[in-house]
Amino acid sequence: MNDKMRQPPDTSMRADRTKRGKKGRLTADIQYKLGQQLRAMYTDVVNEGVPDQFAELIQRLDKRDEK
Amino acid sequence: MNAQDDVRGAMLGAVPSLRAFAISLCGDVDRANDLVQETLLRAWSHLDSFEPGTNMSAWLFTILRNHFRTEYRKRRREVEDADGGYAERLTAREEQTSHIEFNELREALLKLSADQREALILVGASGFSYEEAAKICNCAVGTIKSRVNRARLRLAEILGVETVQIAQEPEPEAPVAASSGRDD
Repeated sequence: MNDKMRQPPDTSMRADRTKRGKKGRLTADIQYKLGQQLRAMYTDVVNEGVPDQFAELIQRLDKRDEK
Repeated sequence: MNAQDDVRGAMLGAVPSLRAFAISLCGDVDRANDLVQETLLRAWSHLDSFEPGTNMSAWLFTILRNHFRTEYRKRRREVEDADGGYAERLTAREEQTSHIEFNELREALLKLSADQREALILVGASGFSYEEAAKICNCAVGTIKSRVNRARLRLAEILGVETVQIAQEPEPEAPVAASSGRDD
């Protein structure tokens, strides 16, 4: 906590980066795994397809416009 | 009418990714469905502002994103006060649907700033180019690139600290509240 207070404001960005480097280094391996997980999580939802409520909604809108 | 069929088909076709985007943004399935529904309604009533031949999906993502941001601004105080309310609701939902393996990642995503989160999802999961993502978020390409980079770093930091390094380093890092604000 003392360390933080001693830092002049203009070096805060650099200090942050150093800290980040120590805490969570972004190796190519981690980045690859993260990207994979992110896409898998996303695809998981995409694979649920179109819930009925949305198909019905668009049908309803379509019919309304035809009148 | 053929044009109408095309539009309807394109809108329906975009629904699965719109939902995935919305869920990643807000971390709540019910709210995400509301966002998608509102997006479709808005899109339908503003079809005349859609330029035929351009990417319908990107157009819908833009509408959803803007709607979310407007809502987000309204809700921010409420969310901050809730202090982890999202994460709790999310956990309940995940248990129901048994997609537990993504729990940690979803929670980590919610700790990113809204700017970083949307940039990372659009580029890293939705498969938009930096240029397309910049258009959707109404900012410069360079801004998107830097947001994606920072989001990746931050995400790895959150997950790394919590999953790997914490084993050797039992002392928790800064409180969650410190990361719930804007990084920009």
